[in-house]
Formats: sequence, structure tokens, C-alpha cells
Amino acid sequence: MKTLINIFRELTGLFIDDGLFALAIGVVVVLAAIVAAIAPAVPIAAGVVLLVGCLGVLLGNVTSG
Amino acid sequence: MTWASVAPAVSAAFLSSLVEAVEALTIVLSVATVRGWRPAGLGALAGLATLALIVLALGPLLDRVPLHALQLVIGVLLLLFGMRWLRKAILRAAGVVPLHDEALAFANGTAALREQARHRDARLDWLAGLASYKAMLLEGLEVVFVVIAVGAGRGLLVPASIGALAACALVAAAGFAVRRPLARVPENTLKFAVGVMLSAFGVFWTGEGLGVPWPGEDLAILGFAALFLIVALAAVRLVRPPAVKALP
Repeated sequence: MKTLINIFRELTGLFIDDGLFALAIGVVVVLAAIVAAIAPAVPIAAGVVLLVGCLGVLLGNVTSG
Repeated sequence: MTWASVAPAVSAAFLSSLVEAVEALTIVLSVATVRGWRPAGLGALAGLATLALIVLALGPLLDRVPLHALQLVIGVLLLLFGMRWLRKAILRAAGVVPLHDEALAFANGTAALREQARHRDARLDWLAGLASYKAMLLEGLEVVFVVIAVGAGRGLLVPASIGALAACALVAAAGFAVRRPLARVPENTLKFAVGVMLSAFGVFWTGEGLGVPWPGEDLAILGFAALFLIVALAAVRLVRPPAVKALP
């Protein structure tokens, strides 16, 4: 059981090791989805939010830590 | 299928598999050094068999998931996975976090197994085999994830799998020949490159899942990779302490 829990923890760790960083990425994706939903006539806007948001999260996280 | 989509998928699968295979090899070699090749080999084979079962069980399910949902889920997972690698590679390149050292990992692995040997010798072959199994399974799962993530949804599973298998075969052959951890592999540089590529794929797939019509279609991946590379290199310069000058 302990081994299974350890394996599950390591599997989660493949995607998340800094909770705030993962949360910030999630927020960017949600924002992009909201933009895609409210501005279907300009679908590229969601892409811009996604790309700029991800680059910003990366830069912000490494420079603030 | 164009070179603009095949080349990034194959190289991302090859490079990430190279990193994961080197890490798995280090642990399997630690086990083999302390307890011999039998538990190390059996553990590794059991890990590979479990991986094969997982792929065989989950693979057919991918065809049943609606394409946009698959792109969105894989895209978000790729963003989490790729940007996590890139973040760590930036911090390591800047000297904020120590570089991963395969020789040190090997020394720590063998020391831990020898310590266990002192306390419970009778169970050690089983424990050593389990360490080998776990390493193969976890590192292998990362390889499987990357192959599915960069290959699924665009008919690139076969080229991505070939890239991953080539990397694993290369590392296995090199490890079998030298019987030492492959400490000279520039792991952080590889992780940096893979982090850039997977993050670019992540943005692309997530956008596709949200219905974004990327300009240039597949070529957009290369543009995203260039942007992530520029930002990552700028971040290394920004966070590097004044005393650390050389890139790894």
C-alpha cells in the first residue's frame, strides 16, 4: 500500500511540484477558455491570452522565487 | 503529416526519452552493482511489462475520446509537464538549483541499497528488484506520456514511438557497454530543450482544444518554441546570481 501511495505521489509529481506554478498555469488556461467563450468571433484572442499568459507565468515564477 | 509537425514530435520524444532512460539506467545499475543483474534485470523487465500492459489497455481508449477534448486534456498536461521541466532547467542553468548529477545519484542509490543490506539481507533481492521496477515504471510512464502527448490526435504516434524507442535503445546499449551511469550526458541542456518543445506543444494543443485557429497551423509550434526559448534564456540571465557565470 505504501509503495502504491509513493507511486501515486510520484505520478502527481510528474505534473506538479510547485503548486502555485501549476495553479497559475491552470488560471491562464481558464482565462483563455473564458475569452474563447465570450469572443467566438475573434478565436485567436484566446490563443494570445494562452501564449502570453504561459510565457508570463514562467518568467514571473522563476524571477520571483 | 508534414515535416513541420513530424520533426518536433520525433525530436521531443527522442530527447525526453533520452533523459528518462538515463535516469532509469542509473537506478538499474545501482541495483545491479549491489545485488547483481538478476534482481536488477527482473525488476526492469517487470517494469517494462507493466508499461506494455498500461499502453495496451489505455491505447484503444484514446480513439474513443472526442478530438477537441483529447487535445485540451493533453495540452494542459503538456503545459504542466513541459513548463515544470523548463522552470527547473532554467533554475539549474542559472545556478539557483544544483545540477542533477548521475554519478551522485548512482552513489546515493548504491549507498542506500548497501544500508538496507545491513539490516534485512533476506528481503534485499526483492527490495532491489522493486527499486529497479519502480524506476523503469515511473521513468517509462513519462516516456509513454510524452509519446502520446506529442503523437496522439495527429497520427504521429508511430514516428514519436520510434523516436522514443531509439533513445531507449541507445541508452540501454551505452549503459550495457560502459556499465556505469552516463554522467556525461548534458542532462540539463536536454531538459531545457525538451521543456521548450513540450511547452510549445502544450500551448498548441490547448489552443486547438479551445478552437484557436493558429496562424501557419503546425508551423506555429516552431514559433512558440522560439518564444519559449527566448523567454527561458532571458530568465536564466535575470535570475543567475552574479558569481555564477558559465552555462552548464
